[in-house]
Amino acid sequence: MTSNSETTTPPSGPAADASTARTPLGMWNSKPRQPVAGGAAAKQTARLARGLVLPGLIFTILLTQIPFVVTIIFSFLQWNQLRPDEIRFTGWDNYAVVFTGPDFLRSLLATVTITGSAVLLSLLLGLFLAVLLDRKFRGRGLARTLAITPFLVMPAAAALVWKWLMLDSNVGMVNWSLGLFGIDPVQWNTNYPWVTIVMVLVWQYTPFMMLILMAGLQSQGGDVLEAAAVDGAGPVRVFWSLTLPHLRPYAEIATLLGSIMLLQVFDPIAIMTKGTGGTKTLSYLLYERAFIGLDIGQAAAFGVVAVIVTIGFAMITLRSVFSIFVEGKVR
Amino acid sequence: MRVFKESLVTSLTWLIVLLFFFPIAWMVFTALKSENDAAAIPPRFDAALSLDQFRAVIDTGIGDYLTSSFIASVGSTVLVLALAIPVAYGLSIRPIVKVRDVLFFFISTRFLPAAASILPIFIILKTIGALDNINVMLLLYAAMNLPIAVWMMRSFFSEVPEEIVEAARLDGANLRTELVRVVLPIVLPGVAAVALICFIFAWNEYFLANLLTTVEARTVPPFLASFVSGRGQFLAILSAASTLAVLPVVLAGWLAQKQLVRGLAMGAVK
Repeated sequence: MTSNSETTTPPSGPAADASTARTPLGMWNSKPRQPVAGGAAAKQTARLARGLVLPGLIFTILLTQIPFVVTIIFSFLQWNQLRPDEIRFTGWDNYAVVFTGPDFLRSLLATVTITGSAVLLSLLLGLFLAVLLDRKFRGRGLARTLAITPFLVMPAAAALVWKWLMLDSNVGMVNWSLGLFGIDPVQWNTNYPWVTIVMVLVWQYTPFMMLILMAGLQSQGGDVLEAAAVDGAGPVRVFWSLTLPHLRPYAEIATLLGSIMLLQVFDPIAIMTKGTGGTKTLSYLLYERAFIGLDIGQAAAFGVVAVIVTIGFAMITLRSVFSIFVEGKVR
Repeated sequence: MRVFKESLVTSLTWLIVLLFFFPIAWMVFTALKSENDAAAIPPRFDAALSLDQFRAVIDTGIGDYLTSSFIASVGSTVLVLALAIPVAYGLSIRPIVKVRDVLFFFISTRFLPAAASILPIFIILKTIGALDNINVMLLLYAAMNLPIAVWMMRSFFSEVPEEIVEAARLDGANLRTELVRVVLPIVLPGVAAVALICFIFAWNEYFLANLLTTVEARTVPPFLASFVSGRGQFLAILSAASTLAVLPVVLAGWLAQKQLVRGLAMGAVK
């Protein structure tokens, strides 16, 4: 790698000095950055690094990986909590139920459509808001503060406030406002549960997307934009050909983090719709099987499949995002 | 013309911002009303305001739930920092093989739906009689937040100029001195950002708390979710309870806005 040799050669002049001073210490690539003198010293450093990483690693494995392995074991058992003395090995039976029953595909569809729509809409709205709030105007600080607040609100509280104060068909503010325009009350929660959930999620995640995109806008060099303006590029042109490409990594990371959180969304579904009308996501389905149906084996099988699907999705996204940061960063 | 256009965009900005903030403002406003006024349609903007609903919520014993939430959120945040700082340091400053794999592992655990590991955790806790225990919640929240903390923290650590660490090493600083005296002061704003984000996630967590706590260790989110009894009027008291529940995180987020932006953006894009 040519990029590496540049950072590892000792600085030889003022120009090189300035560039290395700004070089961050860390690396995404696995090659040690500084040549280590002597094998013993290198070994010692490696041992030290391992010693620092190990406690956190063991803690994570103990609390997240081992339970998952146990879940896999459960998924091969016939085990209903109502009949605790009839636990036995059933092979692939639970998985057969997962793949032949209608619930899994429906649930997968709900997860994908809810996550996808919420991420996409909040990303677009977040971009719009970020651009608006990046301008200089009176009271910008206050406007930003107010705009980020929905992200800080506890999801359980957000779900309750939306369910009762905003969307209730009798006393909700949304229906009252619609009434001012002569529109009849809408039974949001019962008739449009999917829309309700996506609406609440977009409300909560738009500020999150906005925060990340705003940081992207602020990191854009003003001189480049000025130069473009001097060259006669209009604001729309500048936005499309300079700002948007610059924001791309920020948008990607916002999408990644947003998807991580939204794929597991549970709170508004449990509180508002209870999984009705196309809102039974994988997490809610699993919860229902395990803690309402009390069928441990079944729920475990759903859990395992859900994890495989999610990790599959995660791998694809992570690989692409990581490769941008890894390769893009080093070069 | 230009000035007119500018002020038009500014007005649009404010309109959208206020629309976004409206549910929160309405929640606080409703919390200050009486139940009758809260349920009135058309809404009463001139209703008499009082703190009665807040007193009623405190009488329901929300104090205990707030205490549990504080123990779990603050405790787990401290534990996350204690574990994540060495990990991030080990990954970013000491040459180590497979940095990428370790990071990849950490972040991939965050993709693991909590639902997938909840069954064994529930059954183990039930068997050993550790359900409804706030220390267990503290540990679980730490495990939940550790991956994101490691990821963000590593990017802050990698911002530390190499020369400073080199100089400290030449002066004969050992690892602890190097970390505590030299590196930590530089990354302190980053650490604060990570702490804030971990606190927010732990404070707001509902799924695990709902399943694993009942009375003793009940935190605020499940308490809030079970608050609506369905009988009589409840809009005002529900709003008061929600206001108290969101207050710590909203205040913390407002006060540490810069750290929040830094944590999300820098941790993300580096």
